[in-house]
Order: sequence, then structure tokens, then C-alpha cells
Amino acid sequence: MDKIRLKNLVMNALGSDASEDDSLAPSTVMSLVVPRSRFAETARILKKEYALLAAEWASDETGLGRGYGVYACFRREKEYLVVKMEVPTDDPVFPSLVKKYPAAFRFERQIQSLMGLMPAGNPDNRPWIKHEDWPADAWPLRKTFDGAKKLPRVAGEYRWIRAEGEGIYEIPVGPVHAGIIEPGHFRFQAMGEDIINLEARLGYVHKGIEKRFETLSWVDASRLAARVSGDTTVAHSLGYARAVEALAGCIPPDRAHWLRALFLERERIANHLGDLGAICNDVAFAFLFYQFHRLKEIVLRTNMNLFGHRFLMDRIVPGGVIADIDPDKAQTIMEELALIEKDFERLVAVYDDNSSLEDRVRDTGVLRSEVARDLCVVGIVARASGLNLDCRIHHPFPPYDRIEVNVPVLVSGDAHARAWVRVEEVRESIRIIRELLRSMPTGRLTTPMDRIIANRSGFSAVEGWRGEIIYWVQSGQNGGINRCMVRDPSSVNWLGLEQCIHGNIVPDFPLCNKSFNQSYSGNDL
Amino acid sequence: MIRILKQIFRTGIKTETIPPVLDPEIAKIGVKLEAVIKKRFRGSLAIRQIDAGSCNGCELEIHAVNNVFYNCERFGIHFTASPRFADLLLVTGPVSRNMEIALRRTYEATPTPKIVVAVGDCGCNGGIFGESYATVGAVDSVIPVDARIPGCPPTPIALLQGILKALAD
Repeated sequence: MDKIRLKNLVMNALGSDASEDDSLAPSTVMSLVVPRSRFAETARILKKEYALLAAEWASDETGLGRGYGVYACFRREKEYLVVKMEVPTDDPVFPSLVKKYPAAFRFERQIQSLMGLMPAGNPDNRPWIKHEDWPADAWPLRKTFDGAKKLPRVAGEYRWIRAEGEGIYEIPVGPVHAGIIEPGHFRFQAMGEDIINLEARLGYVHKGIEKRFETLSWVDASRLAARVSGDTTVAHSLGYARAVEALAGCIPPDRAHWLRALFLERERIANHLGDLGAICNDVAFAFLFYQFHRLKEIVLRTNMNLFGHRFLMDRIVPGGVIADIDPDKAQTIMEELALIEKDFERLVAVYDDNSSLEDRVRDTGVLRSEVARDLCVVGIVARASGLNLDCRIHHPFPPYDRIEVNVPVLVSGDAHARAWVRVEEVRESIRIIRELLRSMPTGRLTTPMDRIIANRSGFSAVEGWRGEIIYWVQSGQNGGINRCMVRDPSSVNWLGLEQCIHGNIVPDFPLCNKSFNQSYSGNDL
Repeated sequence: MIRILKQIFRTGIKTETIPPVLDPEIAKIGVKLEAVIKKRFRGSLAIRQIDAGSCNGCELEIHAVNNVFYNCERFGIHFTASPRFADLLLVTGPVSRNMEIALRRTYEATPTPKIVVAVGDCGCNGGIFGESYATVGAVDSVIPVDARIPGCPPTPIALLQGILKALAD
């Protein structure tokens, strides 16, 4: 019952205007088609029910004999609801959801920039991802757009948000940053040391991933999904694989589910260890930086020795996995975990014991719970700000429907909370891996995929180390990929960084940024 | 404090010698490296890393080169925050359209003589992203490249070997 509540509410309110979307492959999530005129009303109904906006995207369905489809995905507790409306090609306008869901503004700017559909009522019509030197009428995700063709550079200007007054100055940072990190541009208005406003401008690593998907076969596209965000390669491969499996009605063998979870948890441990080190480094605590990174390197080396890749890239494919484990390998992992756990607890004791470190991380970059909810943030950022969100619990994909997961939820919303959520998750992931190894089922590693049926779509949500990753794939008339929508947690969590920084001092920005550690590549696509 | 000291002594020194994998010449080059850096760079090689569109996989491995196992600083290699002090640019790709100008500017801001190393399959040839409306492809289609380190992503060992080779050539 709790999985169809939102859907029933909308159907009751809209009557015969709302109908089920029969193109979405069954058994994944609920979906509805509503008329364009009642799209905003639908969002209002869902907002009243405390549903959060998970994603908003558009698809060019002219090849399927329709116009454009605009989709919004809502989430409440255990339920996901995908609401679709059709937009005719001769009137490419859709109603904006910004008034109900502030988080929609980036999604809609992206739809406008890349698909050329106008969000009516969105006050911010500046291009996003597409920089000012792109031709205004270049809409890469439209089918009429030739993705292989180079675009000319045109003159243009980006209108930054300004703050003016005596003593206010501006600090531009990036796109090439001081450290070894991805490129992006941040602009601060500051007074003395206090930050008044921060505006992020991303899109520097836009590689045309979503367009590229449409040129690849379902199998080859798995390699592309693994490279959407290199640090989250396992979770992205898994998200893509599960969406394709939903579309094709393919159910991987249990052993594959268990191995996928093993890879996913190992990725979580490795990245959390790296982040904890980096957070300590940004408060000039080099000791913990080197120690945590030492542990991370041990995890990566075990990955390499047992599964052939340090980040486990391309080990998950649609239908299953291509790396196996035997009792010897399981024993190696058990020994490695014992070693890491012991040292990890020693390091956490040092972290916890150090008052100068505490002074920097506590009360720094506070993302209040209400703001976190308004922005619909996900993953570690949400769990550090009092939102209990984790698809391993709320939308349990196998094997998490049979393996218990406990996630920490903290309420202080500061850099410390984001660090401590990671600490607790490393502990929990170690426990989960032990349980996975103990209960590893026998059997095959893959299930062969059937032919992909034309004009269908598949949805998946998986919990990567940053948070919920959503994939939505749609097959075209010829059975190929018509659209592959990727929603990395960063697409929503970057908004949180801008909002947590107000009133902090400029030197604390690197620390706040590191405590979020969002992906540029996953956001820019 | 006692906890920190205890942990330091318990950990000991983890830095490893470079194993002569793949290419037996590498061991020799490893020995040569310090000599080359000493002679050509007065014992200090400053690297500026530029992400010109990568997926962040290569960046993770470049980070790892700094960790205690690989400890690149022992050879006199260190990463600098500004291209103005850099001797070598380590560029990952594929070069995106939105980073093309920034990459060119960073290259121009680096004093000559400068060495450019393209990192990763994408930096070498565009990788799975190829060339499109959004990407220019390989690093050498934007700035001159002296050496290439393929891999997806190249391991820290491969990165160190690649840097050594770039200097020795």
C-alpha cells in the first residue's frame, strides 16, 4: 500500500486526466501520464504529501511518433512516482515546478539548455552546462542535432549574481583549481572574511555523455556508464545495469546481486576513507590525511589483486557481473577488513580526540534540515542534515532486500556531521561485507539478456557512496537507446554547498567543499 | 598526542621501491630519475595537474602517487598550485569544449621550457567519449604533447613510469 499512495492521490485528484504510463517496464516504479495543463497541480498535490523531487528530465520522442516528453520523479518513503507530460514540437513550453520545488530550477535550466524546452515560470533562464559561447539554438539532446558536429563559438555573457556595497569584494575561483581536483568555477562575494554569497558555475567537464549513450549499443553503453564519474564507477555501472534489466525484464542470478553489493560497499569504504583523509588535510592535519589514504590504498590494492581493477571498473554488466570470488579470495578480504577495521578505529579515536580539529569542523558549513529538505539533497549530505534517505533501505534493490542495512542520520548538518556519517558508514560497510561473504549464494554470474523491446523505458535507483543515483533508459523504435538519463547525486547536492556557506569565512570554503565532495563530471555529464 | 606517536611508530615506513614491472628498463630509469631531476631541475620537479574534462578516475590515481606507498616527493616531484611555477603539465582528458580555452591559457601561463604529459586513454585519444560537439578529444589536439600515459585509469606505478620516461627522453 505504501508503494502506491502517491499514485492513488494523484489519480483521485486528477480523475480521468491521469492515466498509467504503459511504456514504463513493469515492476520497477509507479508512473503516470498527466496533461501539460495539470503538471504543476500534480506537483502541488505531491508537495503537500511531503514527497521530494528526485529528478526532472526531458526526452525527444519524435522518433517514437510523439513530441517531447517531460518527466518528473518524486520520492516519498518507499515510493517513487514518475510523472510524465507530453509537449508538442510546435510549442516547446512546459510549466515550471520551481515554485513548489526550488530544486527544480537546475533541472529545468538543463532541460532548456540541452533540449530547448522552455520552463514557463522559472525565473532563471540563464543557460546551464551550455556556456555563454555556445550558439543559443544548439540543443544537443534533440534528435535533429548532429552530435558529431563541432559547434562555432559565439560572443556571449554569463550574468552572475551580484552583491554590491561598500567593502564588498568578489573572489573568482577556477575552473583550474589549486589542487588535483575537477574543474568548476566558484564566485564569492565577501565582506572581510565573511562570505555573503557563493555562486557555482559548472559544466566545464560536459562531455556530451547523454548524447553519446544514444549512439552506443546497450552493451557498449555499460562502459560509458562506468565512466560517468570515475570515483563512482561501480554504482554508476550498477544503476545503468539495473535500468536496462528493468527494461528488458532480466533478473540477474543471486550470486551476481551479492557480488554487486560487495563491489558497491568496497567502493563506499575506499571513497569514504579518501574523503576523511582529505577533510583532515583541509584543516591542516596531515597525519590523518596520510593514514586514511594509506588504508584506502590497501583497499584498492586488494581490489586489483582479487578482481583485476583498482576501482572495479567494468566488473558489473547488464545481466550480472564478470568477476567472481572463491573461498581464498573471501579469506583475503576478511583478513584485509580485520586489518583496516583495527587501524580505522585507532584513527577515528585520534580524530575524535583532537580539539583543534573539532574546532574547525564543528558548526562549519551548516546545512539546516529545512534547507536540505527544500533542496531535496540526497545521500551523505542528506543524512548529515537529518534526512533519513537511503535507497538501500527505502527502495531496497537486491540483495539489500535480504541484507540488513543501518544508516547513521545526524542532525547538526555541519562538516563534522558529514565526516561522521562517513565514519559510521565505513563501519557499517565492513559489517555488510562480512555478512555478504558469509551468505554468498552459489550459482551463475550472469543471466542472458533478451532482445530489447522497442518504445519501453526502465528506471533504477541505487545508493552509491555519495547517495542515490537514478538512471532512466528508453528504447527507440529500432530497439536501440533513445534516451539515457543520468541523475548523479551531485546534480542536487551542489545546491546544498551554495546554501551552507553563508556566514562562513572564506578560508573554510575548501573544508566545506571537501566535506560535500560532489562530482563535477557526474553533474556536467 | 601519545596516540598519534604510537600510530606513527606502529605504521613505520610504507614507501616502496618501484618494482620493475612490464619494462626492465624502468628500474634503471628509476635510478636515473633522481639524477635527471637533480641535473635538469635542481632536485625539484614541479607538476601542475590539469583536469581538462576527465571523469575523475585519473585524478584519483594521480592523488595516489602522493600517498605513502608511492611517495613521489622522494624523487623531488611535487605538485604545485599554480602553472606559473610548473615544469611539467599533467593533463587528463578528453578535452571538453568548455575546458579548451582554460587549458590553452594554463599552458600559456606555464613558463618555457615545459613538458606536457597526456594522461589516461581519454587524454591520449579521447577514449570512450571520442570527439563530439562537447569534446575536442585528445590533449594533443589543443596543446603540444611530449609524452603519453595510457590506461583507464593508469595505475600510480604507470604514472610514475610515464613521468620518468617523459623526463628521460
